[in-house]
Amino acid sequence: MSLYRDEGVVLRTQKLGEADRIVTILAKRTGKIRAVAKGVRRTTSRFGARLEPFTHVDLQLHTGRTLDVVTQAETLRPYGEALAADYPRYTAGTAMLETADRLTHGEKEPALRQFLLLVGGLRTLADRDHEARLVLDAYFLRSLAVAGYAPVLDACAKCRAPAIRAFAIVAGGVVCGACKPSGSVVPAGETIGLMAALLRGDWALADASESRHRGECSGLVAAYLQWHLEHGIRSLRHVEREPA
Amino acid sequence: MYEGVVQNLIDELGLLPGVGPKSAQRIAFHLLAADPADVKRLAHALLEVKEKVRFCRTCGNVASEEECRICRDARRDTHVICVVEESKDVVAIEKTREFRGTYHVLGGAISPIDGVGPDDLRIRELMTRLADGRVTELILATDPNLEGEATATYLARLVKPMGVKVTRLASGLPVGGDLEYADEVTLGRAFEGRRLLDV
Repeated sequence: MSLYRDEGVVLRTQKLGEADRIVTILAKRTGKIRAVAKGVRRTTSRFGARLEPFTHVDLQLHTGRTLDVVTQAETLRPYGEALAADYPRYTAGTAMLETADRLTHGEKEPALRQFLLLVGGLRTLADRDHEARLVLDAYFLRSLAVAGYAPVLDACAKCRAPAIRAFAIVAGGVVCGACKPSGSVVPAGETIGLMAALLRGDWALADASESRHRGECSGLVAAYLQWHLEHGIRSLRHVEREPA
Repeated sequence: MYEGVVQNLIDELGLLPGVGPKSAQRIAFHLLAADPADVKRLAHALLEVKEKVRFCRTCGNVASEEECRICRDARRDTHVICVVEESKDVVAIEKTREFRGTYHVLGGAISPIDGVGPDDLRIRELMTRLADGRVTELILATDPNLEGEATATYLARLVKPMGVKVTRLASGLPVGGDLEYADEVTLGRAFEGRRLLDV
């Protein structure tokens, strides 16, 4: 039996048998882990709420033949407590967890930058400093950038011409009039500016943006994300926008 | 692989939750060796449950008639509704003999990651029950996990403007446990919900 220790964020849980759960964790050093938490569904479980989604947790696991087994868990920060009490933030948070799960393909392949980004995103979401949907869009854009799919927003993604005309998902960002493929959308300049601000972390500009540009930005980012993942994000359908 | 009918039985049993191929084989051979009358009784019970059991038109609990036993009971307090995720939760609360109101079974909890949103649960039916203004208290007894808490938050936000008192089951330390093993969230909730000892 080989024991190892790591810290991670619980991405999702699935029921297993009578009282167990399989927990999917994005760990700092190990990458994505799927492990069994025995007896966790019992009210007397020693794990309690430590292995709930959104929890940043310090873990001890032992390597199993197919799945590892969680032997000890200590909470570092329970983001779920704050998020479950605020429905729009909860739905945005679940979309972040699902995206993190999708973007880290293989199990036990280190993904330190994705882990740090997720922890930062959850902390920002739980601290309620910015609108939930803005935090979610910023997380989507930055996690795509870490995965190598950063959208080009400052010049034409095809020819690098400075005159921007439209946003084309297939081209990988904004395009000029000459390179504009059919089916590309023509968003407001402020929307592209907002996307760039979210990508580089300019919260002053993002917080000052208008609701219509935020809505347009969310639509583009969601389409861009799902096109690159080659998979729909199920949680996105349920993400609720906070009242203005 | 076994003879056709035996393999069919093993395959069908293997579709049940928590039953793997080995368990399915063990149950199949147990049934083969069992008294034919016992097997007939089991087969009859399986067919009967599918034919007779339906969901209560009022609360969504399993019932053998249009309405479940609790909704038909005139002694129950219809001004209080306890919202639970599954029919199994109704049984658990009934065992306490503490609650004399009625129930509403949602059929699950909001879990966007699994594609389950508010429209997939029996929330519309709950709002219809609350619309006549006779209900004075709604007790949210969804599971004390993340999905259950988020569902409770969603329902509270929806129901509060209707002027109905919304309460949530207390959570805290389990009876019979050790304090040192309690996790931070549970212990924090126990502190929040501490009560005055009136001795």
